[in-house]
Amino acid sequence: MNWTLMWDALPRLAAGVPLTVQLVLFAELAGVLLATGVALMRLSGNQAADWIARSYVFVFRGTPLLVQIFLIYYGLGQFGGVRESVLWPVLREPYWCAILAMTLNTAAYGSEIIRGAIQSVPHGQVEAARACGMGRFLLFRRIVVPIAVRQALPAYGNEVILMIKASSLASTITLLEVTGIARRIIAQTFAVFEVFLVAGAIYLALNFALAWAVRATERRLTPYARARA
Amino acid sequence: MLDLLSFGPQGWGWQILAGAGMTVAVSVSAFALGVVLGSLAAAAKLGDSLLLRGAAEVYTTVVRGVPELLVIYLLFFGGNGMVGAVARVFGHEGYVELNAFSIGVMAVGLISGSYSTEVIRGAVQSVPHGQIEAARACGMGRWLILRRILVPQTLRYALPGLGNVWQLTLKDTSLVSVTALAEVMRVAHLGAGSTRQPFMFYTAAAVIYLVLTTVSTAAFDRAERHTMRGVRRA
Repeated sequence: MNWTLMWDALPRLAAGVPLTVQLVLFAELAGVLLATGVALMRLSGNQAADWIARSYVFVFRGTPLLVQIFLIYYGLGQFGGVRESVLWPVLREPYWCAILAMTLNTAAYGSEIIRGAIQSVPHGQVEAARACGMGRFLLFRRIVVPIAVRQALPAYGNEVILMIKASSLASTITLLEVTGIARRIIAQTFAVFEVFLVAGAIYLALNFALAWAVRATERRLTPYARARA
Repeated sequence: MLDLLSFGPQGWGWQILAGAGMTVAVSVSAFALGVVLGSLAAAAKLGDSLLLRGAAEVYTTVVRGVPELLVIYLLFFGGNGMVGAVARVFGHEGYVELNAFSIGVMAVGLISGSYSTEVIRGAVQSVPHGQIEAARACGMGRWLILRRILVPQTLRYALPGLGNVWQLTLKDTSLVSVTALAEVMRVAHLGAGSTRQPFMFYTAAAVIYLVLTTVSTAAFDRAERHTMRGVRRA
């Protein structure tokens, strides 16, 4: 075990953390919005919308993220129409391609979590709100969303942890986030195990911090569950 | 354009099909290795030895907490050295070289096993304790209880969870393509590079993964129904 090498690798690997965090943050922010839309499409009762949402979830959950990243980064550039469109400056960048692929991927899993959470809202509460004269949007904002958020939070926390791990795939399209840098240091020093330990520790720290934040938020959102010992 | 995917002399059909076969082979081997590792780690977690329990806890926490790609790099770049070190302990001298297939199976199996551990542990714990006591009262020994009472019921409880692990394992094998093993993703990458038709080749790979996940979902549903045939439904 080469301690000095590990000590030297730490700041170099830590320099990749901002990019990893950015990828996950942007993908999750866009992903939650898309996931909510897809979940509402599935619950809308409109058959066409339901079918579209179902197919989307089926395709993105049934294929590996790596395929999705390669399809977007290498695949789309094949078409002249894409290269000449206004989107090309965005789709040319591996950074945005990685975020786009991760967004589409996490939204497919997230939509199922959100759908389950919305369905778990007790029907009696919805009826009671209607009986009080609440309109659809007020009912959704005041009754359904708060209950569904509590329900979805733990599962969504797991999904974000999966995304932190999945962000390592961005290194396959030349991005130098933590895994990309780790690979580069391994190629330079052949110190496989040492670099693995340091990079692994960084990911573990990120995931533990996130899990802690999710638990703290859950605790804040469920004060009523704490009163009884 | 589509004739690139055909089975003719110009087509990549056979290569892609062989890649799909390799993907299935890696997935099945890794899943099997994962179930073995998972059973051992679950036994360690449920056992009395503090040392074994700690080791199993470290294994599942670390492997589930770091990216799959990192685990694959660890074994791809460091696997030969590690196996060589183990071989030296057993008195084998000289360099040990593993092929890409074994490294891929070891890496994905290690990941698969960490998820299987929790599934199997939960399933073992959901076997009612009264049944173990009853078996003991009948005079069954430890191994007989394991074989006749624990394993059959654990299998039933674990099957849905193992189905999820199988799906993860299948998709994780795509990452092994970074080690140049000719599974479906690697073939698609080569085809995309040499024909300049990346969209078509990666779509073909995506379709193959969709077929594999759909077929295996159906297979696991059937297996689940089969193991539940003796259970009364509400």
